[in-house]
Amino acid sequence: MSSVQIRDVRKSFGGFEVLHGVSIPIEDGAFVVLVGPSGCGKSTLLRMLAGLENITSGTISIGDRVVNNVQPKERDIAMVFQNYALYPHMTVADNMGFSLKLRGAKPDEIASRVKRAAEILDLTRLLDRYPRQLSGGQRQRVAMGRAIVRDPQVFLFDEPLSNLDAKLRVAMRTEIKELHQRLKTTTVYVTHDQIEAMTMADKIVVMHDGIVEQIGTPLELYDRPANQFVAGFIGSPAMNFLKGKVGTNGRAGFEGPNGVELPLASAPAGSDGRPAVYGVRPEHFAIADDGAEAEIVVVEPTGSETQVFAKLGGEQVVAVFRERHQFNPGDKVKLKPNPSLVHLFDEATGKRL
Amino acid sequence: MTTLQTSAPAQAPAAYTPPLWARLQANRNWIALWFMLPAAAFLILFLAYPLGLGVWMSFTDERIGRSGIFIGLENYQWLWDDSIFWLSVFNTLLYTIIASAIKFAVGLYLALLLNRHMPFKAIIRAIVLIPFIVPTVLSAIAFWWIYDAQFSIISWSLIRLGLIDHNINFLGDSNWARASVIFANIWRGVPFVAITLLAGLQTVSPSLYEAATLDGATNWQRFRFITYPLLTPIIAVVMTFSVLFTFTDFQLVWALTRGGPVNATHLMATLSYQRGIISGRLGEGAAIATAMIPFLLAAIAISWFGMQRRKWQQGSNND
Repeated sequence: MSSVQIRDVRKSFGGFEVLHGVSIPIEDGAFVVLVGPSGCGKSTLLRMLAGLENITSGTISIGDRVVNNVQPKERDIAMVFQNYALYPHMTVADNMGFSLKLRGAKPDEIASRVKRAAEILDLTRLLDRYPRQLSGGQRQRVAMGRAIVRDPQVFLFDEPLSNLDAKLRVAMRTEIKELHQRLKTTTVYVTHDQIEAMTMADKIVVMHDGIVEQIGTPLELYDRPANQFVAGFIGSPAMNFLKGKVGTNGRAGFEGPNGVELPLASAPAGSDGRPAVYGVRPEHFAIADDGAEAEIVVVEPTGSETQVFAKLGGEQVVAVFRERHQFNPGDKVKLKPNPSLVHLFDEATGKRL
Repeated sequence: MTTLQTSAPAQAPAAYTPPLWARLQANRNWIALWFMLPAAAFLILFLAYPLGLGVWMSFTDERIGRSGIFIGLENYQWLWDDSIFWLSVFNTLLYTIIASAIKFAVGLYLALLLNRHMPFKAIIRAIVLIPFIVPTVLSAIAFWWIYDAQFSIISWSLIRLGLIDHNINFLGDSNWARASVIFANIWRGVPFVAITLLAGLQTVSPSLYEAATLDGATNWQRFRFITYPLLTPIIAVVMTFSVLFTFTDFQLVWALTRGGPVNATHLMATLSYQRGIISGRLGEGAAIATAMIPFLLAAIAISWFGMQRRKWQQGSNND
C-alpha cells in the first residue's frame, strides 16, 4: 500500500494538450474515483499513472518515489481494463499467475497465491477454464483476481463495469467496494458514471476538459458543489439551473426567469442584483402555497419516487417527490425550493457564490 | 418405425403417390443437388479428373502421341532405382525446408515491424507486397540477370568492394545454384507470409499487450507468451500454404536453371515436366508427380493436427 501524489501533471498528444495541470493527492489506502464525461482526460491520467502513457510535465509519485521515468512493471501497480484484457489462450489460473511466472516465482508459490486470490473472489471452481467459457461477471472477477494476486501498492480500474449489464454492474460495484474494504489497497477507479463514483468512492475527483473541477467526498460534492459543472454532473436527476439575478437591497431572494420569485436563505455579501444561476436539486422541491407556480408537463412514477417535469417561469425543471401526489399533465402546482439547500453560481464563470 | 407397423393391415388402401417427377420437384435434396452441380462439375472437371488421370497415367507407359497400357508399378520401380529422381526428392525437400523456414522467420520479422506505428506505413506495406504481385517469370528473368555469370550485379559490386576477385558462377555451380533459386523463392514468398501474419497480428487486442506490460513482461516475453500463441492458428495456415506452394514450385526454377547444373536444382515438379513433356514419357512424368502426393498430404496432416490442439480458440473470443 502506498499513497499516490499527482502534481501539476500535463499531457499533450502532438501539440494538443489534453490535461492542463492536474494535481490530486491520494492517501494511503483510499478509494479514489476519477469521474467525468468522456474526453475529460480521466483515462489518460490513469494510463499515465500505470506507465502506459508518458508524462509531458509534472510529477507522479507512488509512495516516496517519483515514477515519471519508472517502467510500468517497476511501479508495483495492477490494472483492471475495461475489456478485462484476459489472455484468451490461458486458463483462469494461468491468467492470474502470469505476472508471478514472469517474476520467476516458483510453481507452488504461484499455485498457492492464485488459490488464495481465487478463494477471495469465489473463482476456485473456474481455475481450469478458458476466458471464453466465462460469463461477463466471471471475467471481471478474473481480471480483478489477476490484479490482487500480485498484491500491488495500487490498484487501477479503468471503467471496469461498463461492459456489464445493469444488474451485474450493481452487484460488482458492491463486490469491488467490499474487496477494497478487505484489502485496504490504495485504489484509483475511473468511471463516467456518477452513481458508481458516489457509491464507491472515499474521495471523488470530478474532471472536465482536462482539469480537475473539484475533489471531495461524495457528500461534499453533493452538498457543496464548487461550480455549476460539478453541480450538474453529480446527482440524478441532474440539478435544475435557473438564470436570473439576486434580489436587490439585501433582500434574500432570487428573481428567476420571467420574474419568478425564488427563495434564498441569505444573499451572499455584495451580490445585490447580481446576475447569477440558481441551482436546485429535484429532490429539494416541495409543494407549498407560497411556492412559484409551475405547469406540469410529464409525470414519471418509478414506484419509490415520482419525477415531475414542469415549466417554471417558462423553463423546464424536474422535481422528485417521495410522497404520492396526484399529478396530471397540465395541472398547475406551487413548487417551492428548500431555501437552505439551494445553490448560487456566478453566471459567467459558473463558480459557486 | 417397425414397432409402429406391427399391426399394419396387409391390404392397406394404397396411399396416393404422386408421379416421380412431381415428387422430385418437391424434394429438397434433389433441388440441392442441382444447385451443387455447377460447382461440383467445375471441381470434377478441373481438379478431380486431372488428378485421377495423372495417377492412372503413372501406372501406364503412355507417351506423347501414343496411348499407353497398364504396366502396374513399373514406373515406380524404375524411379526407385533412378538416382536423379532421388536427387530431385532431396532437392525438393532441401528447397522446401530451407525456403519455408527462412520465409517464416523473415515474414514474421517483417510483420512485427510493419505492425508498429511508423511514418509512411501504408506505402511501406505496399512496397513489401511488390515481389508477390510481379509475375513469377518476370522476377525469374530479373534474377537470371542478377545471377548472370558475366554481368551479375552482385559479383560486380563485390569485386568493386574488393571482397572477391572473380565473378561468382551463381547458376553454374551446384551449391551456388541451389542457394540462388532458394533465395529467389524466398524473395518471392516472404510478402505472402508477412502480410498474412500482419493481418493476424492486427487481430490481437492492444490491451493484451498493455496488460502484459503491467504484468511485467519484457518485449521478448510479450512476443513469447502473447503474440506467438495467439498467432499460431494463422501461422499454421500460412505455413501450410507456404510449404505447399514451395514444394510444388516449378516456374521459378524452370525459368532460372531448368534443373541444372547437372540436375542440382531439379525439383520433383521440374523433373516431372522434363520427363513427361519434354522427353514425352508421360507415364514416368506422371509417376514423379504422383510421388509428390504423400509429401503434400503429410504437410497438410501436420498443420491439421497442429490446429486441432488449441482448445481456447473454439467459440467466441473474449472481447
